[in-house]
Parts: sequence; structure tokens; C-alpha cells
Amino acid sequence: MVISTQNLTFNFDKQTVVKSLNLQVPEGAIYGFLGPNGAGKTTTIKLLLNLLAIQEGSISVFGKDLLSNRIEILAQIGSLIEQPAIYAHMTGRENLINRAMLLQVRRSKVDEMLELVHLTGAANKKAGQYSLGMKQRLGIALALLSDPKLLMLDEPTNGLDPNGIIEIRELLVKLVQEHGKTVFVSSHLLAEVQKMATHVGIINKGELLFQGSIKELDTISKPTIQIEVTDSVDAANLLKTNKYMVNDVDDHFIYLQYTNKEDMGDINALLVKNGHTVFSLVKHQKDLEEFFLSITQNA
Amino acid sequence: MKGFILSLRSEYYKSRKTGGFWSPIILPIILCALIGYNFYVEAARWKEMPSMLLWMRFSGIILGIMGTLLLPILIVFISYSINSVEHKADTWKSIFSLPIPKASIYLAKIVYAILLILLCLLLFCIFTIGLGNLMSHFKPELRFTDYSFSSYLISVYFKLFLSSMGILSIQFLLSLLFRDFLKPMGIGFAATITGVIAVTQQWSWNYLFPYSHPLLAMQSLAGPHKPNILGIMILPEVQIFTREVWVSLIIAAVVFTAGFVIVQKRSVK
Repeated sequence: MVISTQNLTFNFDKQTVVKSLNLQVPEGAIYGFLGPNGAGKTTTIKLLLNLLAIQEGSISVFGKDLLSNRIEILAQIGSLIEQPAIYAHMTGRENLINRAMLLQVRRSKVDEMLELVHLTGAANKKAGQYSLGMKQRLGIALALLSDPKLLMLDEPTNGLDPNGIIEIRELLVKLVQEHGKTVFVSSHLLAEVQKMATHVGIINKGELLFQGSIKELDTISKPTIQIEVTDSVDAANLLKTNKYMVNDVDDHFIYLQYTNKEDMGDINALLVKNGHTVFSLVKHQKDLEEFFLSITQNA
Repeated sequence: MKGFILSLRSEYYKSRKTGGFWSPIILPIILCALIGYNFYVEAARWKEMPSMLLWMRFSGIILGIMGTLLLPILIVFISYSINSVEHKADTWKSIFSLPIPKASIYLAKIVYAILLILLCLLLFCIFTIGLGNLMSHFKPELRFTDYSFSSYLISVYFKLFLSSMGILSIQFLLSLLFRDFLKPMGIGFAATITGVIAVTQQWSWNYLFPYSHPLLAMQSLAGPHKPNILGIMILPEVQIFTREVWVSLIIAAVVFTAGFVIVQKRSVK
């Protein structure tokens, strides 16, 4: 395991923010650390980076105890925590040069990173004048500068436009698949994590509710199909007689369990063939809130 | 050691475009230029003055302004500037997650602040000597060149430097702890004024109050100038390690150590 925590607990004053957390992040994984705002994601990342002192439990990274191997471990981690930490009075390039100086990274790497995050054109502009998305991209470049084995990114797609989100997602997948990195990425968006993660941990109110591979998550999260048809009750009966599991039906919609996309096509064909007009046929993924509910109800 | 040097270089790199770096350079240029110009324009007033007294007069004006008010305020500003760079950019979390010991980062910031104060006082010294000699060149009736004043002036500025370490340590710690401008600046201003009052009113405990130390250090220099056996006026030897200088150094050692312990133990929120 690249990251392993044992009963990690952290309190702010009297409030327990992280409760007996047992994270297991395998090597070469994109580990999506999911949870709503205030769930304890950032606190966990700060604990993993030794920015917060461990109160209870232990952390090992790359198989070594964090406290007794702090410098050696941090040398292999690149991180982006909350909003990017950028010196506004310096240009984007100067921010990277400063970090390269501290990490003893060659200067040419600065230009490579600027290119990678598409900031070459704005490299000599003061970072204070950057948009939120540009700052986020510069933050990612800073995290990648030392070519770390492990990347810890706290909500890296915050403030990015859809193109930017796709680029970051593709970059993270590429880093893992082609360069053998391990990525620990926090988010409050289930769909976002599902698109790139190989492993998922879900935290709520400081407690880890779920941890496992993305396949295990898909099994639990059980997406549904929502169909809008002319006569929903009649259409639902038709589907039932054809051995489809109908979860619910109302005046306008039918809700079924999602199995695979081929089934969705078959359902559409069946309805149309039997004289129903299908207005919409949508795969509905549970959002994080619904998913939490289903996990806690199942627990 | 490597982490310390890397951090020190980074401090320079980060600050080289800020007021924190330029103020200790611009302040001696402006102050010395203004006082030098005025001295030069009123050269007729000083032409009968013996060389040593001429130096005392010229450097005394600069030292008086520096020691009483400007030096403490400059220290307040430099300490604030070095730490506010991180507060403003919210970069404490990123520099403390680098593979560099926290102690090296903290020490580099302190040493950089000390170097800036040292640079400022060194420039004051250089500009004072340089301007004195320059004035003699253009107005020979100002007999600055008749007396070698540099070693005395260097000793005086060194004493001023040491006496300012207590203030630096306190202001550095305040700027480290508080991210807003008002707390360290407000406390610094109020303490500086109290320090001036404590010295001018000759309060008995003033040597224990760090914000009084630069002024006390200056006062301790104002001893009588006696003629030597040849009847030539000579300057008294500068007693660098006087009571207030020792107190300043002890306060600095204690407060800098306290800051180090805080940095080691404190969480980055």
C-alpha cells in the first residue's frame, strides 16, 4: 500500500473531525476520496502531509511511518491543498522557479510544466491576475514539478471549466497509466470520481463509509433508468411482463434498475414496437447525497 | 544545512520585488541624501567646526532619526513583510509540506530578516562616510577628510544593530502568529512610542524594554569627548556590549527559540 492509516483520529477542540480512519491506497491507483464539504477530506490530507499533528492512530506512506520518515516521504509527494498556494506578486513562471529552487529541480522542468498545464502563454503574467482555473492549473504544475511518485490533490477541478476538468482527468489517468504514479484525489462529486478513479473511499462526518474498487462502488451505487412515456402504467406492465425489474412508476415516469447500455436499447425498442412514444430514456446516477443515504441505510 | 540555504535563496527570490526587500535599501538612500543635501547647502554653518565634531554632527543627525523612530518601525515592517508573503498567498501549507525541515525554513526567514536589517545599517554607514568625503571634495571648507571616522561609525552601527535584535525577535514572532497587518504593526508602533517615552523620561526599568534599546544604545554613546595628551580631541571608545545590548540579545535568543518551538508544534490550518 502506498498510503495506509490505522485508526486515524483528529479532533478540533471538542469536535471529532476524523474518526478511526483506515485508508488503504494501493500503488498505481487513482484513489477518489469522496465526501461532502466539511466531511474531513482536507483534514485527512493535511494529516497525510504532516501539516496537522497526529493525535491518535498512525500513518504509513510507501510502507514507512510518516512521523519518523517525514522528509524522505515528503520528497516523493506532490500536493495541492484547498485553493492553490501561489505568490500573487510573482509571475506563474517565477512561482515555479521558486519551487524548483527549493526542490532542486532543473529549470527546464519549469517550462515543461507550463506547457503541460497550458500556461506557457501566461507564464510571465503575475499570478495574482490569473483566473481561478489558471491558478488551479498552476497549483497542479507546482505539485507535479518534482515528478513525485504520489500526488495528493484536494478538489483539483474546483474552478475549472468543463474542458479544464476533462484535461485534468486525462492528465491524472495518463500519469497513473504511463508513468506509474499513484494519485490520491479528493472530491465532493461522485460522478467526477467515477470517471477516473480505480479505487474509492467515501467519508462523511469524519467516518469512512465505504472503501473499495470502483467496480465494488458501481455494484453498490446501483444506477437507475428513468423513462418518460405516453402511458407510464401500461408501459410499466409491458416491461414487467418482459421480466424487467420496475422499481417505481408515476404519472409520467417509470424507474428501473440499470444493468447495462444494451438493455437500455432493448427497452427502448420494446416500448416503441408496442406503440409507446418514448420522450426520454435516461440513466440516472445517484448523487453523493443519495448514495450516502443508501450506504447508511444498508449499514 | 542544504535546506536552510535553499530556503534562504527562496526568501530572497520571493521578496526581491516587494517593499520588504527594497525598504532597507531605499530608506538609507533617501534619508542620507536629504540630510546630506541640507548639510551641504548650509555648509557655511559648519566650516569652522573641527573635523571630528563635524563627523559627529553629520552622523548624529542620521543616527538620531534612525535610532529613535525609524529603525524600530523598519524592523516592524520587515518582520511583517517576510511573514506576510506566506500569509497572503496561504503558502505555509505548501512550504511545510516540502521535503525541507521546518527548522530550516524558520531559521532562513529569521536570518533573512537579520540580513536585511544588517544591510540597511551597513548602507547607512557607507552613505554617511561616502557623503562626508564627497562634501569635502566639493566644499573643502567642510573638513571631513581630516579625521578618520569610519571605525567609530561602524562600531556605533554595530551596537545599534545588536540593540535592535530584541525588537526583531518579538516583531517576527507576532508577524508569524498573526496574519493581519494591524496586530503586529499596531503593537510595534505602540511599543516603539512607549520605548521612546521610557528613555526620555528615564524610567529605571527601560533597559529591560526592547523597544527602548536602540535609543538607549544611542544615548550611551553621548559621552564627553576628551583631548588626548597632545591636546587633540578624541572620541571615546564605543562600549558595544552594554546592559541594554545584553538584554536585547537575551530577549532575541528566548523569543526566537519560542518561535521555533511554536513552528515545530503548531498545526497548519
